[in-house]
Amino acid sequence: MKNKSTLIRLIRLVLSNYRFTCLTVAVCIVITSVTTLASTLFTRTLIDDYIIPLTQVNNPEYASLAQTLFKLALILLVGVICSYTYNRLMVNVSQGTMLRLRTDMFKHMQQLPLSYFDGHPHGEIMSRYTNDVDTLRQMISQSLPQALNSIITLTVTLASMIALSIPLTAVSVVMAILMAVTTTKLGKRSRKHFKIQQQKIADVNGYIEEMMTGQKVVKVFCHEDEAIEQFEQINETLREGTYQANRIANIVMPVNGNLGQLSYVLIGVAGAALILNGHIDMTLGTLVAFLTLNKSFARPIANISQQINSVLNAAVGAERVFSVIDEKPESDDGDVELVNAAQASNGFLLPVIQRTGTWAWKVPATSSADGKPRFIKVDGGVEFKNVDFGYTPEKTVLHDITINAMPDQKIAFVGGTGAGKTTITNLINRFYDIGAGSITYDGIDISRIRKPDLRHSLGIVLQETQLFTGTVLDNIRYGRLDATDQDCIEAAKLVNADGFIRRLSNGYHTVIDADGGNLSQGERQLLAVARAAVGDPPVLILDEATSSIDTRTEIMVQRGMDSLMKGRTTFVIAHRLSTVRNADCIIVLDHGHIVEFGTHDNLMAQQGAYYRLYTGHEIA
Amino acid sequence: MIKTLAKQVGKYKTASILTPTFIMLEVLLDVMIPYVTASLIDKGISAGNMHNVYLYGCVMLVMAFISLAMGILAGKYAAYASSGFACNLRSAMYRNIQRFAFSDIDKYSTSGLVTRMTTDVNNVQNAFQMLMRVSVRAPLSMVSSIVMCFVVSCKLSIIFIIAAIVLLTVLIVVIRAVSNVFTKVFKQYDVVNSSVRENVSAIRVVKAFVREDYENQKFELAAKGLYKLYVKAEGLMAINHPFMNLVVYSCIIAISWFGAQFVVAGQLTTGQLTSLFTYVMSIFMSLMMLSMIFVQLTMSAASGKRIAEIIEETPDIENPANADTEIESGSIDFNNVSFAYKGGSGEYALHGIDLHIASGETIGIIGGTGSGKSSLINLLSRLYDATRGSVLIGGKDVRTLDLTTLRNSVAVVLQKNILFSGTILDNLRWGNASATLEECKQVCRIACADEFIEQMPQGYETVIEQGGTNVSGGQRQRLCIARALLKKPKVIVLDDSTSACDNSTDASIRASFARALPDVTKLIISQRIGSIKDCNRIIVLDNGRVSGVGSHKELLETNTIYKEICDLQNETNGDFDAPRKEDKQ
Repeated sequence: MKNKSTLIRLIRLVLSNYRFTCLTVAVCIVITSVTTLASTLFTRTLIDDYIIPLTQVNNPEYASLAQTLFKLALILLVGVICSYTYNRLMVNVSQGTMLRLRTDMFKHMQQLPLSYFDGHPHGEIMSRYTNDVDTLRQMISQSLPQALNSIITLTVTLASMIALSIPLTAVSVVMAILMAVTTTKLGKRSRKHFKIQQQKIADVNGYIEEMMTGQKVVKVFCHEDEAIEQFEQINETLREGTYQANRIANIVMPVNGNLGQLSYVLIGVAGAALILNGHIDMTLGTLVAFLTLNKSFARPIANISQQINSVLNAAVGAERVFSVIDEKPESDDGDVELVNAAQASNGFLLPVIQRTGTWAWKVPATSSADGKPRFIKVDGGVEFKNVDFGYTPEKTVLHDITINAMPDQKIAFVGGTGAGKTTITNLINRFYDIGAGSITYDGIDISRIRKPDLRHSLGIVLQETQLFTGTVLDNIRYGRLDATDQDCIEAAKLVNADGFIRRLSNGYHTVIDADGGNLSQGERQLLAVARAAVGDPPVLILDEATSSIDTRTEIMVQRGMDSLMKGRTTFVIAHRLSTVRNADCIIVLDHGHIVEFGTHDNLMAQQGAYYRLYTGHEIA
Repeated sequence: MIKTLAKQVGKYKTASILTPTFIMLEVLLDVMIPYVTASLIDKGISAGNMHNVYLYGCVMLVMAFISLAMGILAGKYAAYASSGFACNLRSAMYRNIQRFAFSDIDKYSTSGLVTRMTTDVNNVQNAFQMLMRVSVRAPLSMVSSIVMCFVVSCKLSIIFIIAAIVLLTVLIVVIRAVSNVFTKVFKQYDVVNSSVRENVSAIRVVKAFVREDYENQKFELAAKGLYKLYVKAEGLMAINHPFMNLVVYSCIIAISWFGAQFVVAGQLTTGQLTSLFTYVMSIFMSLMMLSMIFVQLTMSAASGKRIAEIIEETPDIENPANADTEIESGSIDFNNVSFAYKGGSGEYALHGIDLHIASGETIGIIGGTGSGKSSLINLLSRLYDATRGSVLIGGKDVRTLDLTTLRNSVAVVLQKNILFSGTILDNLRWGNASATLEECKQVCRIACADEFIEQMPQGYETVIEQGGTNVSGGQRQRLCIARALLKKPKVIVLDDSTSACDNSTDASIRASFARALPDVTKLIISQRIGSIKDCNRIIVLDNGRVSGVGSHKELLETNTIYKEICDLQNETNGDFDAPRKEDKQ
């Protein structure tokens, strides 16, 4: 049932985008099928109307034959042209639909909440763009036209068969039904085994993936023989699965082919019996003609049965694609915008077009008291009031969080893994939406601010540095697309990245790949800091690295971050003693609760959780 | 390549030969049925003999059933042979990968190896099955049809030959062009793939910088590229079918024209003319099938090459002949060793290292990223071979030692270490398959892993998930150390193996090492001064060279790099929280 509605949706999509093309294709297919039949039937015309009469005259005259052949040639030429036209058009239709699905899916994916990406392995998402979309190719470009072609051929042939002999048609139809039934039955069994096979492939895939990742460990422990032995077992079950699946699939073709032969024999014998019993409608010529028709009757059935698999595959693939497109996007009901602003002589803020370095929130006229848009200066004050949050409604991971960050303050979060540090920062830029309480930004509830504008006002450096394939300059410019080369270089200088970038083979134009294999971890992090710097945001969210990058690079990153923090409200997930000590407020988290807060000196004096963390000792 | 692959058919050779045999029989029966039909018509119906009708009818039925049986058998054996062939290919690849040296593993990415063993094998398997089933059927029915044509009429057959040559030429030209485009198509798939991968793994950055539109444009460019290439390839392929129709129709018209004149002239019978039309169809259908096989084969040839590459790869490091299986002590000598990674930039990762370490010494190694710490210790257990100079363990050159003996004597706890799915005990026993529970517990005590294991509800039977995701980083590292200790090694190397443990655990591991393993040579690589400052000697590496060797105290006075690292760590840069906290959760 689900397959059916998916297919209908897919066909609707194709038709809505290619209405005229599809109509042309349909016309071309009809013409092609008819001309093909014309060529099949021409043999009889040739013999009965030309050859036999010609053999009976002494002086054969070939002019009329030439004329007929010329006419036939024209008709067939039209058929060939139509056949090429529809084949060529279907390439556009199928590839165009695939392109459309891919881009639609990608565009939609960009709007999905982060929870979607948390819940799906990346390899699985990628597979939808390639493997799943690819299943549609054969179905749209071949199965659909073949189905139409087969239906036309079937109808025309059936009509001709009925005209020739009703009893023989009955035999033919019974055999055709038999073929259809066996094909479906075998297809069902085969599908069951194919499912098992896919599962086994996934098992082998998983095993190889795990063992290859750990191949160096296997070597260090001389574990090669055990690894081989284990693999052989899994490999053998896959072989058995593949064998079963293919065995049944392989039977379909010979069974159908030979049922066709059987039907041919049965009709031959039945026809002979009819003739010899003196049935009036039956002549030898009719029988021969009927036998030919019977063959072209069986062919479309076999064709359709061969396409069933590709159609089912496409249904599965399309379903997975549609499930992404149907996923609910991230909601954004905000109407407050971020605008460039300048201080007018009378002290009021005015919106301007060019970049001034001063920003204002534009509260729209509809929600302001005097019916005029209001402008509030972006200062970078962020306040959490009694915020609760859980990734799922059942499990709250942050409890009653209240924080008041004044503009330009530096707030440090400390606490163990799983204490909720990263989660809090993810709420400020609305990667996730809070359950209860409120978060305000310069006094405006962040849910009222348009998400893109909110995020533009926040600079972020994540711990896991993600760069993009492109030049160093491109990567820095990612922070602000209209930044000039000079802006990017300034930003790099600000965060201490300029030095190492200039030492790269092509300086700022060095191409780096997404995995950043040619850069050290520290260097990657410096680029990420520069990327945040170029946007010159009023509020910063920094996630310091814990990993063991070497001490000297670490110091560089640290200094880069420090100079970026100057004059901005900063939320930092801190791992460095120096960062924590210099913070205006340290927030100590444990299991989603704020257990302590204050300056370094206050907290040390309290001898509480922070003291224990700092000294690394439990106090009796 | 074909030779390498063909060798892997192995015990499925019988099935691989039986399949085409059955197919041949099936095709022959199929070809014969029309002749019997002719007899049925001539001797049965025309002669008014019902007995003959039934007789030939029965013969035809029997033939159809035999043909059916042959078809089913062929299908079965084709499935058996091809699935077996695929199984052997995977197995051969996997076995050879197990022989790979580290340098070979570096050459192929993990995902690349996975693709080769799944997708590529699948392609070759399908091609092999088709080769067995269709490549016999198509030429056979084509040849028999051509022969029959010549039997019927040599003159008219020339038409077929000319037409077939024209068709074949066009098909070859089209397929050539298409397979060129298809190579580009596969490359473009990589572009689309990496575009999605980059976007998905960096989705937080994309959203944080509000770059959705920019990303959409990037992706659309990649997707449009794929669209254009595909339209080009398939647009070319769209010529195939109509062109074949064109050729067939031309033949029909030509045969009708000349054939009619021959019949009138008495050189040909009407029946023969009719049969010629049937042969036209069958010849060109076979040609079409052959061209399709050809396309499939060219496409899977790329996969075959990738498989053969793995099977044929000769490992860089192999067990020496007449290997020495005796290692007396844990002394280590680096005699003027230089080392460069194969296929790397060609720059030396280590330059002229000359170090001599006595059995039982504890040695610390420190240095920045890329200073050559890991490269140095990788040479010890012959994970790589030195490019110049020699490495001696217990006074013997590692290249003369049996690999298993060497690797069991030199236990390396790798920096990027992993656990495998299975229980804790299973994982520990990687070190020694026959270790008793008591032995396992003992090494866990040395590695300070006993405490947290015993706190787990299932203790040593706790199941570790793939990648060890259900234990913390520090716990994972300690399990890896315990696993290495089970080998009872002469030398143990900790490559930054306690980085995720808190300071006090780190200290107790070092203490228990000193207590329990006095004769074992211990090499400790670390970023933390605290982890190595008590070692007998500390080696400071810088850019692949030894910058200084000595005790903590000596180095503080003599080595500027060491002093700088110490100062930085003492003053501002201690780790604040996560490692210390983590184990108490």
